[in-house]
Amino acid sequence: MDGMHDLGGKQGFGAVRYTLDAVAFHAPWEKRVNALYAFAVKLGIFNMDEYRHAIERMEPRHYLSASYYERSLTSLATLCVEKGIVTREELERRAGGGFPLSMGSAPGRTNVASRGRFKPGDRVRVRIDHVAGHVRMPGYIRGKVGVVVSESPVYPFPDAHAHSVEAADEPTYDVRFRAEDLWPDSAEPALVHAAVFQSYLEPSIA
Amino acid sequence: MPDDHSPAPSGTASVEQRVDAIQGAFEERGLNPGDAIEELTHLAEEQWVPDNGARVVARAWTDPAFRQRLFTNGREAVAELGLAMPKHHRHLVALENTPTVQNVICCTLCSCTAFTIIGLPPDWYKDLEYRARVVRQSRTVLKEMGLDLPRDVEIRVWDTTADTRYMVVPVQPPETIGWPEDKLAAIVTRDAMIGVARL
Repeated sequence: MDGMHDLGGKQGFGAVRYTLDAVAFHAPWEKRVNALYAFAVKLGIFNMDEYRHAIERMEPRHYLSASYYERSLTSLATLCVEKGIVTREELERRAGGGFPLSMGSAPGRTNVASRGRFKPGDRVRVRIDHVAGHVRMPGYIRGKVGVVVSESPVYPFPDAHAHSVEAADEPTYDVRFRAEDLWPDSAEPALVHAAVFQSYLEPSIA
Repeated sequence: MPDDHSPAPSGTASVEQRVDAIQGAFEERGLNPGDAIEELTHLAEEQWVPDNGARVVARAWTDPAFRQRLFTNGREAVAELGLAMPKHHRHLVALENTPTVQNVICCTLCSCTAFTIIGLPPDWYKDLEYRARVVRQSRTVLKEMGLDLPRDVEIRVWDTTADTRYMVVPVQPPETIGWPEDKLAAIVTRDAMIGVARL
């Protein structure tokens, strides 16, 4: 989905709040959330693709204003409700107040039937697909041409795996793009690589 | 983002109360989250630390055959040092910096990293600013973060959009040639393995 999470290349943000001694956690509850979601994955309540997608489905204003671990908490709670582990009413009763959850999900999809196999050096184009459910293609590469630099082992296909849809595992390709091609006349020169699932790619003849 | 300044609708429970609620629901169902919290907190604080990646880098600096194996199959190479990766991280790609190439990693869609190797990502890595800007304004962002690269250094950004994980192997500072591995590992920082700093 073209959600609020798809931040690559969005303009208007200020300086990174960088500190040399930056830490991962700022409060004890953040460690609890991190452990609870990992525990739920271990128990098989949901998988990582479902987890990521439930973050992406947060209401956009909530997504932008929530801290990283509040997003994690919201995904965990949303999936526990959707999977029937707990009801929203019980969560709100226990919390003593409102418990905002993510929005509903659109259907997933399986692999693209005509997907090709690529090798390092191949020129590829990212398909112009608009996927309503979970997808791991950042919007900034849609329709863009790049060069394959390597191939990964096969992974579950996220567009299916986040939605309990049957699909074959498929490799990802690390594809090299020029920032100047991704944002013509509007990016600083650099090589930008993304790990792109096979189903998102087609050969580029240009 | 700083916590607790979100414009939550009035009546929304605090984030701590919401964590308590989900934890309480797990407990009532006999899922025993307490042990998992203790175990995972220990892993996060003691095991998933940048010292792991620092050992990998120090080995790569001192052992050319290991260096080659690291660039060929990162996951198998780090396993030689007793370092494990989660099952879903099926591939570790080590990225070689040179005097004229600077690699930098990010995750624009969420905040993925090889956390068992280079440590859990710092707050700024997960912030909206880094995720939005580093792919499009890499040189400026690095400069703002204290890394002012000469114009002839090529920047290679790696967006962690799948379950392949990346780590940057920094250039060994010339004055450290010949140092023992332990001493070398001590100079390798998390930020150098993310690629926002040079050593």
